[in-house]
Amino acid sequence: MRKGQYQFVAGFLLVPVALYLVFVIWPYIQTFGYSLTDWKGQSQTFSFVGLDNYVALFQDDIFLGAIWHNILFLVFIPVITILLALFFAFMVNAGGRSRAGGVSGVAGAGFYKILYFFPQVLSLAILSVLFGAVYRSDSGGMLNGFLVSIGLVDPGAPVEWLNEPNFVLWALIAVIVWHGVGFYLVLFSAAMQSIPRDIYEAALIDGAGRAQSFFKITLPLLWDAVQTAWVYLGIVAMDMFILVSTMTAPGGEFGGGPDHASETMSTYLMRNFLIYGKSGYACAMGVVMLLLTLILSVVTLRATRRERIEF
Amino acid sequence: MTAPLQKTDVTEAEVPRQRAVTKANTPASGPAREGVVLNVFSHGFLALWALMIVLPLLWLVLSSFKTDAQIAGSAFGWPANWSFDVFTRAWDKGIGDYFVNTVIVLVFSVPLTMLFGSMAAYVLARYEFWGNRLVYYVFVAGAMFPVFLALVPLFFMVKLLGMLNTYQGLILVYVAYSLPFTVFFMHAFFRTLPTAVFEAAILDGASHTRTFFQVMLPMAKPGLLSVGIFNTLGQWNQFVLPTVLMQPQSGDDPERYVLTQGLIQLQQQQGYETDLPVLFAGVTIAMIPMLVVYLSFQRQVQAGLTSATLK
Repeated sequence: MRKGQYQFVAGFLLVPVALYLVFVIWPYIQTFGYSLTDWKGQSQTFSFVGLDNYVALFQDDIFLGAIWHNILFLVFIPVITILLALFFAFMVNAGGRSRAGGVSGVAGAGFYKILYFFPQVLSLAILSVLFGAVYRSDSGGMLNGFLVSIGLVDPGAPVEWLNEPNFVLWALIAVIVWHGVGFYLVLFSAAMQSIPRDIYEAALIDGAGRAQSFFKITLPLLWDAVQTAWVYLGIVAMDMFILVSTMTAPGGEFGGGPDHASETMSTYLMRNFLIYGKSGYACAMGVVMLLLTLILSVVTLRATRRERIEF
Repeated sequence: MTAPLQKTDVTEAEVPRQRAVTKANTPASGPAREGVVLNVFSHGFLALWALMIVLPLLWLVLSSFKTDAQIAGSAFGWPANWSFDVFTRAWDKGIGDYFVNTVIVLVFSVPLTMLFGSMAAYVLARYEFWGNRLVYYVFVAGAMFPVFLALVPLFFMVKLLGMLNTYQGLILVYVAYSLPFTVFFMHAFFRTLPTAVFEAAILDGASHTRTFFQVMLPMAKPGLLSVGIFNTLGQWNQFVLPTVLMQPQSGDDPERYVLTQGLIQLQQQQGYETDLPVLFAGVTIAMIPMLVVYLSFQRQVQAGLTSATLK
């Protein structure tokens, strides 16, 4: 490599790498250090407390409850979203009237894909206001209004979707599923369309029905996409900050109510940091979130590992 | 939510009965008859989900034309008078400022993200130098960590630089946090560009910098468009970073909330003063640019987000 090239490379890397180190990498690293201190955040004075924050975290019932809620999200959000998305992707791509023995998509497949995908481009802040209105706890809410009008719910006592500890997590899961299904439908569709058609034709000649060709051909060949979807939805489930902090009744600032029934690690972290000023404690929570995210990724990739099918 | 899933069994169960009916009339081949039934079910479920997406959105937009009393009274009344005042009221009530703040930040952050991201990706993809792999993996690793891990130190880093509640602070942070994905995606893209063109440009006497800006970057246009849309959507919808970084530090500090924060702010004010139509109008205003961008670029949006996830 000539000398001019080194200058060029260094010149091009300087600004991006500097920005990245200052605002991303260095804070990531600092978090580990701060998590071992009793830093209050206001002053620059703090002392080293070793693992005290972590010990306290695992005796903190609110935080343990928050981890549990994140785990519930982690199980139900990916399962429901992926199953619905697979179902619709199959309908869109193989639900059409067959012509001349081939498997074809439904009429208007393009339209469905455009429409279903739209929620994905809306910000979660918009979703928060929208579903806040849908879940209103009087008959002015869309859901209660509907249930009242078909006679399932007594207008005098509508359902408190977001204030009822048994419902609040499900109400939040429904919003995330509503938001995500279209995206994963498009993702799975793209994967389905890359499967060569002659495989289907061969199966058809051998007498395979649609259900068989779905479970024996489509699903195994989609496995990579499903695995990716699982990891991404898992990351969404670990976060959940916007919806919980804005839609649920306050268990303090940043939502999490009623009575911490919907508390997540992210909302509890934010409250400890910005409201209680417990910066060191909040950093320890950040580290726990990272560990759980890493475990999630490794477990998902391991548990769903299959023999790779080349086509 | 899960109803369509259980219904898949119905599809299968329904098949034999339908088969018996059609057998009498038309001697069609097996899969074709199965196809007709599946087709009807496909359209049914697809249309149902389509309604579940459109109705809440439409209902919310309609609600902005209602009065508070109407909204609280019943979910399904038709607006009494179609006055567009509410949109000007929402705009004046802060949505206008929040909108402008978001635009100011994005006008700088998106182009800078693309510029710095492409520069770093380009040298990492096409030049050999010591530490190349290391820098690349450090960039890519950033995409895997939860942003909550960095939040506390990030706040103090930005504070140290005197950039809390400033546009430039948020712009730099947006750029830094968008780099991992941008570098990752553009890296893959630059690797696929033909070396011959690059060599021709160098032989013709173009400098490395000139080759990048006048030859390689224009060739990478499709990739740039995809990542550009991805970053625009991501930064437009960002909520966690502005929540931490864009809070007025003192009473006479101007409020520089971005749109997502502003909507949530409006929503929370509802606790004190009820003007729900203004909130819904605000959401409608916030939704329109997303709808326009999405409908104009839906092919690229879907392709960009899908390939982003699959790689």
